[in-house]
Amino acid sequence: MDVGIVSYGAYIPRYRIKPEEIGRMWGVDGKGMGKGLMIFQKSVPGIDEDVITISTEAARYMMARVPWVNPKEIGALYVGSESHPYAVKPTATIVSEAIEATPALTAADLEFACKAGTAGMQACMGMVASNMIKYGVAIGADTAQGAPGDALEFSASAGGAAFLIGSEKIIAKINKTLSFTTDTPDFWRREGQPYPLHGGRFTGDPAYFKHITSAGKMLLKEMGTTPKDYKYAIFHQPNGKFPTRVAGMLGFEQEQIDTGLLTPNIGNTYSGAVPLGLAAVLDKASPGDRIFITSYGSGAGSDAFDITVTDEIKNYQKNNAPTVEKVMENPVYVDYGLYTKFRGMIVMPGG
Amino acid sequence: MSSVARAWREFPGKYNLEGTKCENCGTIFFPKRDFCPKCRREGIGKMQKYKIQREGEVFSFSVIYEAPACNSALKPYAVAMVRTKDGVLVSGQLVDVELDKIVIGMPVRAVLRKLDEDGAAGVIHYGFKFTPIK
Ligand SMILES: [Zn+2]
Repeated sequence: MDVGIVSYGAYIPRYRIKPEEIGRMWGVDGKGMGKGLMIFQKSVPGIDEDVITISTEAARYMMARVPWVNPKEIGALYVGSESHPYAVKPTATIVSEAIEATPALTAADLEFACKAGTAGMQACMGMVASNMIKYGVAIGADTAQGAPGDALEFSASAGGAAFLIGSEKIIAKINKTLSFTTDTPDFWRREGQPYPLHGGRFTGDPAYFKHITSAGKMLLKEMGTTPKDYKYAIFHQPNGKFPTRVAGMLGFEQEQIDTGLLTPNIGNTYSGAVPLGLAAVLDKASPGDRIFITSYGSGAGSDAFDITVTDEIKNYQKNNAPTVEKVMENPVYVDYGLYTKFRGMIVMPGG
Repeated sequence: MSSVARAWREFPGKYNLEGTKCENCGTIFFPKRDFCPKCRREGIGKMQKYKIQREGEVFSFSVIYEAPACNSALKPYAVAMVRTKDGVLVSGQLVDVELDKIVIGMPVRAVLRKLDEDGAAGVIHYGFKFTPIK
């Protein structure tokens, strides 16, 4: 049985803040910081937006493109995020209700730093392939926060994408997925703490680069492919520079990663990053295009996927929801004051 | 807890614009009603669940400058009466829009947003608001 993506939807809040504005606040060269990270603006959730509302919008766009799918036939829904609004009370229940998939389904929230969205895709794929469910929904979304003044504040942003996984009318077949996981403490956040901590320079080589290249090489080996066999490649994108470097390490060219590289324009959407990159690629892809994906989540692990776009994408009702490009149009820039208000960082009386 | 239970009963309306339709006279009600005031006794037992369209246009609107405490962080903000594609008038907040760019007839759609929350430890209430259609 072929298992793959039946539909997808993407959502990014409309607000943006520029690194020079964050730098102005903390007395550092924000513009230089942005250049160093290759992040020229990052998305900011509106005051009434969170992972639940972002996931719901992405999932509703996903459903709008497959009007022939009855939401009651969704047997599983997973939301991967590190910023679930509740510590206890699943995001997935509210999203399931909002797309009318309740009550005959299993649902859960996943957390694996920036790769919980792709972990959900793997879970859905396994359940569809084993005939446990007809359709599964995997969502990766975040409203990530970096500590004020920390380097992460220049990148941590908001957005998400949803994928309907199934075996009928698939627009993209998942040929293979595998993962590479180790205990690597490069980045963490303890329960009750508002901001994460990270291991500084430690976050690069033994973490991001080691895990992505390991998973990527394993996948190429198992498939017997080389980077030239793929039209597109998507790597986790904590900034604009890392994916370019890791692509080079694996032998991919810049033009293969450009379409799925959104971080320079929206920042690091954490669990939303690879899912949004994949949505941007599917917006442009044609039948036969092969896509190479490797996500990364601190802690640490990578999920790699080999995907082929099918002829079905020609019948797909893509226009029933906005493309990633359309979602990113007409951003509204906010200053640091509004940014802190939107992010709930101002202590209010009685709060 | 009673406010949590009351909010819970309203989820279908708040999330998915579920109202009711009188099968006797065809009138659609939102929020839902269990009784048709037009048909009275003839309508009893004929009220069916009816999900109204999420898309519509601004029928009328007002900009709020003095807001109740729960909405004070949002002000100024717009509240609109929206005529949905099935002709039902629904009122809700209009977000992600420049207040001076709102016009009657503007196409909008209902999205899920946070409405308010019961303090930092209480439940978060979600429901529909309207945004311009992209
Ligand atoms: Zn009636």
